[in-house]
Amino acid sequence: MTALRILTVDDSASMRQMVAFTLRSAGYDVDEAEDGKIALDKARVARFNCVVADVNMPNMDGISLIRELRQLADYKFTPLLMLTTEAGLEKKQEGKAAGATGWIVKPFDPEQLVATIKKVTG
Amino acid sequence: MAAIDLSRFQATFFVESREGLDAMETGLLSLESGNAEAETVNTIFRAAHSIKGGSATFGFKAIADTTHLLETLLDQVRGGKRHADSAITDALLSSVDVLRGMLQRAEDGQPDTHGDNELNARLSSLLDGTPAATVAAKTSTRFSKWKISFAPKPDMFLTGNDPLRIARELEALGKLTSTCDFGALPALRDMDCTRSYLSWTFELEADVERRKIEDVFSWVEDECDLHIDGIESAPAPVAVVAAPVAAHPTTTAAPSAPREKKEHADGDGSIRVSITKVDGLINLVGELVITQAMLLQQSANLDPGVHERLVSGLAQLERNTRDLQEAVMSVRMLPVEFVFSRFPRLVRDLAGRLGKRVRLRTSGEGTELDKGVIERIIDPLTHLVRNAIDHGLEMPEQRADDGKDGTGTVTLAASHQGGHIVIEVADDGRGLDRKKILAKAAERGLPVSESMSDAEVWDLIFHPGLSTAEKITDVSGRGVGMDVVKQNISALSGSVEIESHLGRGTRVRIRLPLTLAILDGMSVSVGGEIFILPLGYVIESLQPAVDDVKSIAGSSRVLRVRGEHLPILPMAKLFGVSAVRNDNARDGVVVVVESDGRKMALEVDELVGQQQVVVKSIETNYRRVNGIAGATILGDGHVALIVDIGALVRTGAAAA
Repeated sequence: MTALRILTVDDSASMRQMVAFTLRSAGYDVDEAEDGKIALDKARVARFNCVVADVNMPNMDGISLIRELRQLADYKFTPLLMLTTEAGLEKKQEGKAAGATGWIVKPFDPEQLVATIKKVTG
Repeated sequence: MAAIDLSRFQATFFVESREGLDAMETGLLSLESGNAEAETVNTIFRAAHSIKGGSATFGFKAIADTTHLLETLLDQVRGGKRHADSAITDALLSSVDVLRGMLQRAEDGQPDTHGDNELNARLSSLLDGTPAATVAAKTSTRFSKWKISFAPKPDMFLTGNDPLRIARELEALGKLTSTCDFGALPALRDMDCTRSYLSWTFELEADVERRKIEDVFSWVEDECDLHIDGIESAPAPVAVVAAPVAAHPTTTAAPSAPREKKEHADGDGSIRVSITKVDGLINLVGELVITQAMLLQQSANLDPGVHERLVSGLAQLERNTRDLQEAVMSVRMLPVEFVFSRFPRLVRDLAGRLGKRVRLRTSGEGTELDKGVIERIIDPLTHLVRNAIDHGLEMPEQRADDGKDGTGTVTLAASHQGGHIVIEVADDGRGLDRKKILAKAAERGLPVSESMSDAEVWDLIFHPGLSTAEKITDVSGRGVGMDVVKQNISALSGSVEIESHLGRGTRVRIRLPLTLAILDGMSVSVGGEIFILPLGYVIESLQPAVDDVKSIAGSSRVLRVRGEHLPILPMAKLFGVSAVRNDNARDGVVVVVESDGRKMALEVDELVGQQQVVVKSIETNYRRVNGIAGATILGDGHVALIVDIGALVRTGAAAA
């Protein structure tokens, strides 16, 4: 079986590296993007099984990214998760309205992240 | 899975957090000056947000706490709920400072356990004095058996959620029995396969808290009708006191502001490389240059007719080596902006403290300079800028009386001039007062006269006796004096000159070499050894006539050059090598050098030639040797010492 492909989107290099490293160690095939725009371009070219996006990013934020992705036929039912801080109740709702599957609350530890991804990718 | 060590990402976190703080600072200053673009607040917010996320993830709680407050405040500004007045910018700028310190301590392995309480209190009080609202945790009761009815709304699939996943998660908690209700299922031809028509009733035998189950459904809360009922108590209910979950008042998200096209300097694939790697590369290229010079020297005796291809190959090698060297050196080059960017903040704080109004102009930020040089001009430049504001610029009222703009201007400019970089610090203040300086100098017993040129008078302020005598204020009385500024610049093989007009302002011009790693040198031989004299100091070399050399006071001699008498420094004696020739310079050669405006004649045996040499540090490889600036390896493999002419002239002058 080929590894599931995950796209991690975050403008913070350390977070991105952490997420990518963690998921790679768990056996996923991970691609990285620095903002929503780059992520959208990547997602149009390749098919990802799950997208994990930060909310606050330059050029295109996570919520707009999710909204755009949901409109693509390939991503109609794909799990799209947002990384958010504990405070962002409204952000969560905004994200859901845009079509987010769910969220991962920051800070999270690596095990939690892997468990969540496992959960949504089945 | 095994715990993942997060420490490997910490270095990246520190680097990007520092960059974030720099961006916040720059953004805050432009916000204050009213030059902010729509995107500025967002940039500041994102920086705080990223630092908060990273610090929480990497376990720096105190940093996370402070940035959390910052973020909340910034979110309100961003959402237009609050105007970024000076109280807020002040608090935010202080936070930037505090966070820098906290990051440093965290990086040094002594993370703060508590944050800066004073700052946190200040931020909290700015936040409308609204204390963090405490939201009681949802009723958290524990049962051993649960009944859950779950009816997804038709469009639940469209968010990528799947009832099957939820069922699997419930199953992970305990024994699960499910009943599916097909009642809402339409006729096949009316069915839309992207919609959900089913609902379920689950019975779960799991001794868990209600929260556990609610968590499973948390993503779909609004997309389903959900009832969770505990139907059997656990045999021995455990008293669970739920810790109150702290939440803070959230504000509405900002309407996504029109995004301006942002230039991505680092967008097109730059990488971070440690300085030691770059220096390693530079060293290797240095070795290559030496090897290439050696080959060239060895091939000089070959008959070009016979070895045509070898000779042309060597010529090619020489070109390639030079290109490679330039390319590698350019890696170490940083834009001057690196230094200039710290001044807006300094100027702002200083102007505030002194009650002056100052406008800072910078130009030529893109001019590149060796990293080593850049780091060492920070202090001198800071001192010059402080001086310009403290002593140069007048108070606003006085400026108005003099018919000047009440806001003074300090200009920082960098540019390339030949093989040098010129950095200027200029102000439009009161200018230097020739009379006062002369009087002060005379008072200190310095040899001065009314007939001195302006340039000579301005040079006096670099004199140690004079610069410390300046009025000591809170601002420029601290730290380095002008003499130290000059010393620092000289240590970089640079020079400083001043131009000033009374009432119109002062301009300090610093000339620096592009790099410290390579220098143009004149090679001379003394007692069979080769020494390198940095070309920048050399004025001329000549073979003195017997009549021009005069002995004075025993052993020391002077040389008369066009009416000027210069002390002669016999290099052979100085460096303890035996001169090939007798030491009365009858048929020897002298090289006239100048440093800090003082000239001196160095006596050598012979001039060998001029060449670029790669500087190797003596200090790191051996120890510091007075009078020697470094060493280099010559084409024939011999080591030659590079003479520290600045030091020779200083000690020579002291001895004289």
